[in-house]
Amino acid sequence: MSLAKAPMARPVRIVGVHGDDPMSYRLMEMGLIEGAQVEVVGRAPLGDPLHLRLGDYELSLRSEEASLVEVGEI
Amino acid sequence: MRCHDAAQSKQSAAVCPHPNGTEPRPLVVALVGNPNIGKTSLFNALTGFRRHVANYPGVTVDLARGAIRDTSRPMQLLDLPGTYSLAAMSPDEMVVSNVLCGRQTGVPRPDVILAIVDASNLHRNMYLISQLAELDLPMVLAMNMIDIARGRGIEIDCHRLAERLGVPVVPINATRTDCARPIVAAIERAVGETLRPRRAELPAALCAEVERLRGEAGGLHFAEALRVLMDRGRYAEEQFVARGGAMDLLRRARGRLEAAGVDGLRAEVRARYAWIAALLDGVIRRPERPVTTWSDRLDRVLTHRIGGFVSLLVVLFIVFEALFRWADPLMRAIDWAFGRLAGEVGALLPAGIVRSLVTDGLIAGVGGVLTFLPQILILFAILAILEDCGYMARAAYMNDRLMRSLGLSGRAFIPLLSAFACAVPAIMGTRAIANRRERMVTILLAPFMSCSARLPVYVLLTSAIIPDLKFFHGWTSLHALVLLGMYLVGMVVAVPVAWLLKKTAFAGPPSGFMIELPSYKRPRLRAIWQRMYFAGREFVLRAGTIILLVNLVVWALAYFPHSAQTRAAVVQRAAREGWDAARTDTELAGAYLRESYLGRLGRGIEPAVRPIGWDWRIGMAVVASFPAREVVVASLGTIYNLGQDTADHPEPLHEALRQARWDDSARPVFTIPVALSIMVFFALCAQCASTLVMIGRETRSWVWPFVSFTGMTTIAYFAAWGVSAAATAAGW
Repeated sequence: MSLAKAPMARPVRIVGVHGDDPMSYRLMEMGLIEGAQVEVVGRAPLGDPLHLRLGDYELSLRSEEASLVEVGEI
Repeated sequence: MRCHDAAQSKQSAAVCPHPNGTEPRPLVVALVGNPNIGKTSLFNALTGFRRHVANYPGVTVDLARGAIRDTSRPMQLLDLPGTYSLAAMSPDEMVVSNVLCGRQTGVPRPDVILAIVDASNLHRNMYLISQLAELDLPMVLAMNMIDIARGRGIEIDCHRLAERLGVPVVPINATRTDCARPIVAAIERAVGETLRPRRAELPAALCAEVERLRGEAGGLHFAEALRVLMDRGRYAEEQFVARGGAMDLLRRARGRLEAAGVDGLRAEVRARYAWIAALLDGVIRRPERPVTTWSDRLDRVLTHRIGGFVSLLVVLFIVFEALFRWADPLMRAIDWAFGRLAGEVGALLPAGIVRSLVTDGLIAGVGGVLTFLPQILILFAILAILEDCGYMARAAYMNDRLMRSLGLSGRAFIPLLSAFACAVPAIMGTRAIANRRERMVTILLAPFMSCSARLPVYVLLTSAIIPDLKFFHGWTSLHALVLLGMYLVGMVVAVPVAWLLKKTAFAGPPSGFMIELPSYKRPRLRAIWQRMYFAGREFVLRAGTIILLVNLVVWALAYFPHSAQTRAAVVQRAAREGWDAARTDTELAGAYLRESYLGRLGRGIEPAVRPIGWDWRIGMAVVASFPAREVVVASLGTIYNLGQDTADHPEPLHEALRQARWDDSARPVFTIPVALSIMVFFALCAQCASTLVMIGRETRSWVWPFVSFTGMTTIAYFAAWGVSAAATAAGW
């Protein structure tokens, strides 16, 4: 399942990050690596981007980038 | 890892070079860390506000330097741009890497790194530290925001971390000046004992390739060679090739890595996070269940579908209210003081050129500029509060979808919002946008946002010409609505302009958006004062130089030739028509101005501005305001006050504008259509030399300032004409 389609307010586990472009690598550098837990906290008033909780911090990503992140149930 | 030891011995000779061998140069301390974790506060605490900003060749970011206070040997602190990683995604991030490797012309290689981390988000902050460790420089780790971490139940054992990492770890509160002493002591110890951090364990095959590349290419630090090898098609590689490095070396090295089954960057990131997990195991203690802080609760409301929208509107309303209502008494006070000053000084001087220069040129010019300082300070205070408390990031998050309709991202929201204060810092602020096309469009849109320099124009014309009608029992007025309209004009016009730019010069796929949402913090008074101080100083210094200079040039153009013939003609006419002394003076002033060089220039462009309903004086003031929009107010002041004895009768400019008549007629010049059209013109034109210079500097091209100026002036001209025609047709 892609992170963009992950359910709200339920932590999921990252399986991997797709892509070979700088953005994919920056996502990993920011801590979106396999094994890490991530939770979709909410969405912006206009539906996008997503508000994520990742480890000790919170991050905002567009659905477009979030779809690079593959997640699975814990 | 064996490859690390080899690297360590090779590098130690490069540390601490003394160029002349005699006078030891000050120790250079590089301040490095993730964005928005208190780097600037720490810089100020260590240097005590003494910030020297210098430009370096080929670098768009300002690298601030300052001497650290109370040290046993001189130390220079170098403030590097905030970055998440040395794997640069933007030119700014590349600067960090270049400075740390001693590649930046004009900047000595730092002797020691002062790395600042956010204790409440240590894992991710340590990612950059793991990269910095490969630079083989002594390091001190400043652990900031320990109180916030505690608030979330996170405890950090700094002693154990220092032991494991091999460098001093200092818990600090960067907003307090007393954090300086332990930091300085730690720096002295780290340098004295050459305390370098332990390195992350990267895959052996990767280290081998990095060492091989260093051997083949020569002159590369380990950290640098790693980036050149890993960051395919990015800045590090680009720079390597530009310096004469062979692309072939990289291709072969990458091929070998692939053959060895090392998935380059993925393997690197994984290895670093594994190292961090091991490093922090037992160092960091978290509560069983995450603590829900007041920040989390607040955020649920402030980014809520409806609550978020309402709160954004409330914030914007407060901004405008503060700018227009709270600043008013201060502005009046400055106005009054300078009027008084002109009166007092003028009385001491004999009538003639010197008195005119001092009172009409100097005092009126400086006063006219300083009047707007209150608004600038208030706006910068608001921006500082929004940034400091963490709301700015939420604003970007909530507006991303909206900005995307312009082909931009939420990141552009902050620079564009600060463009309402001034386009110059806003254009500088676009450096945080990694995508070049998006950054260029944001730069070119910034001048369309109504900056504080336009306010003087709006405020002057609104209060002088537009009737002050109250609506809804005094809750709002026509003045407020006109001002709001002027702010909207720029934004509305920016939409098709952005669309056009994205379709033509900057066409391409949309860029990404990734922004950290920090927890809310109580804004710190010190940080707010600092922002206000720096903004105010910049404005005043700019005012003191360019604007005053322009005022004086305008004064001179409007004063000379000041011929005796003009005077003789008016005196003759006065005798014929039987004017009193006052009337004669006014007529004389008008005659002098008509004959002046500025008058001739204004008349020259009159055919162009006549269709809008402007007279030659307005044309003249517009021409004179090219260097900066706010100059138009001082210019109008000079144009309308000159010749009248402002020393004895410091008449407000408002009255002068209302009294202005078309030459030899009773028809007022400043009607509502004319006032509106001037405001719309200034809302859309690019009459600001500083902005144009900044666009040139940031886009690295003189084409864009030219395009910006001609494009905006054309739009402004036709919009002014349209508004004037519509208002006239409506019978205003």
